[in-house]
Amino acid sequence: MSGRALAALILWLALAGAAPVRLITQLSTARIDINTSFRGAELLVFGAIQYPRGQTPDRTPDIAVVVRGPAAPVTVRRKVRIAGLWLNGAAVRFESVPGFYAVAATRPITDLADERITAIYEIGTRNLQLSPASSADDATTRAFEAGLISQRLRAGLFAERPGSVQITRDVLYSARIALPAAVPVGDYAAEIHLIDSGRVLASTSAPFSIGKSGFERWVYVMAHEHSIAYGLSAIIAAVLAGGLAAVVTRRSW
Amino acid sequence: MDIYLPIAELSVNGLLIVLLGGAVGFLSGMFGVGGGFLTTPLLIFYGIPPAVAVASSATQITGSSVSGALAYLQRGQVDIRMGAVLVAGGLVGASIGQIIFSALQTVGQIDIVIALVYVLFLSVIGGLMLRDALAALKAARAGTAAPARRARHLPWVAALPGRMKFPRSGLYISPLAPMLLGAGVGMLTVIMGIGGGFIMVPAMVYILGMRAQAVVGTSLFQIIFVTAATTLLHATASKTVDIVLALLLLLGGVVGAQMGVRAAQKLSPDRLRLALALIVLGVALRLAIGLTWTPAEPFALFEGA
Repeated sequence: MSGRALAALILWLALAGAAPVRLITQLSTARIDINTSFRGAELLVFGAIQYPRGQTPDRTPDIAVVVRGPAAPVTVRRKVRIAGLWLNGAAVRFESVPGFYAVAATRPITDLADERITAIYEIGTRNLQLSPASSADDATTRAFEAGLISQRLRAGLFAERPGSVQITRDVLYSARIALPAAVPVGDYAAEIHLIDSGRVLASTSAPFSIGKSGFERWVYVMAHEHSIAYGLSAIIAAVLAGGLAAVVTRRSW
Repeated sequence: MDIYLPIAELSVNGLLIVLLGGAVGFLSGMFGVGGGFLTTPLLIFYGIPPAVAVASSATQITGSSVSGALAYLQRGQVDIRMGAVLVAGGLVGASIGQIIFSALQTVGQIDIVIALVYVLFLSVIGGLMLRDALAALKAARAGTAAPARRARHLPWVAALPGRMKFPRSGLYISPLAPMLLGAGVGMLTVIMGIGGGFIMVPAMVYILGMRAQAVVGTSLFQIIFVTAATTLLHATASKTVDIVLALLLLLGGVVGAQMGVRAAQKLSPDRLRLALALIVLGVALRLAIGLTWTPAEPFALFEGA
């Protein structure tokens, strides 16, 4: 993490003097509320590219928007067949897997910049640094990582959308990020990178959060902080519902 | 009708969950089974995290068992004394089961062990019920009287010391027998995360030799207490009871249970047993396929572990 930050700092220092291009960013919302009817949400990331002395370049640069959610450890186990049964076999633990990760870009990620640059800025799911903690060899770890990523992609929790960033008149940019209903709650960040000819000219970041509100929040807090009362009320609700149904149907027959 | 579940942390189709609860409730009222062995796998198949599915279906089973048990109580088909003895044994068994569960968890393969235990029990019980139901139906078709049922309990039950009258069940046996049975089922209840009715019902018939009319109501009566204890255990230990999910399941479940009780009074008991046998065997087959077929996902993810 500190290595990455240092690399970014060096790059920024190297570029700051030469080309002070700045990115201005705004998110459609700073907090996404999860309520009873939550079916996922859409985050609009938009802003402007500020060129020195207002001179727009000859050609349109690229923009990559990276949205990531809170990280958590995930253990991946490979299923193995023993005596005809599929059991959970060897495991690789990944220490920091983002609960949500999406990239929107003007072009396919491999066309934006070379592998070194996309790896430094963690642009693209294959460039994610998931911090594997295992004694397994590199190839094995990579196979487990690929398995993890493909499952997350299918669940919609990881996404890569090349061509989904619009740039208007070389200055204004916007991207829509789809957040599925199963997104984890927590603190998120949208990072925006301005890339030209394979070099990152400017980067900026905007935080937002996803949290439960109203009834959802109340239930969650009750379940965690007053768990005995919560459990008892669940039982009482169940008994009352059952009793009510019995009484109602007896009357009507 | 999409509804966000605050504990499971995802959005579900509310109507679908209510219908699922209704279908399982119907089986519950009809056969005296809790239906956990159906609800839990179906919820997991829908995408609910397994821990939440197990805990929340326990809450639903409490409700549909109350609904069903009250209906049987009105008809005088609940042996409360027998039920109380079973519950007492069940609580002892549940605490032993909790110890075994923790031990299995440290070894790792808990989900595989659970699936194997399911397949084993479901296929043995389903097979026994199918054999009996088919024999009875064949006898009825041939016009002869059904073969004389084992009216009595198993020999070892009679050998136990101390005797107690269970008039509604038509039994005069040692209370140790139902207590041991309750303990055995209670142990499995914790390990398998179910009400245990589908084991209890045949055990009452084949091991204790209870009068058939009292079996279903008494089974539902004891399930109320076992699942209520399970709900409380999950709510305090793992905090995985999703009350919104449970209420959706209950909405369908309590109504379904009432309809199931009525249906059970009209259908012939042999056909009932045949139907339950086929359902139990179907679930066993589905689980066996899951264990042996090449999985679509070569990797399993364990979040936060």
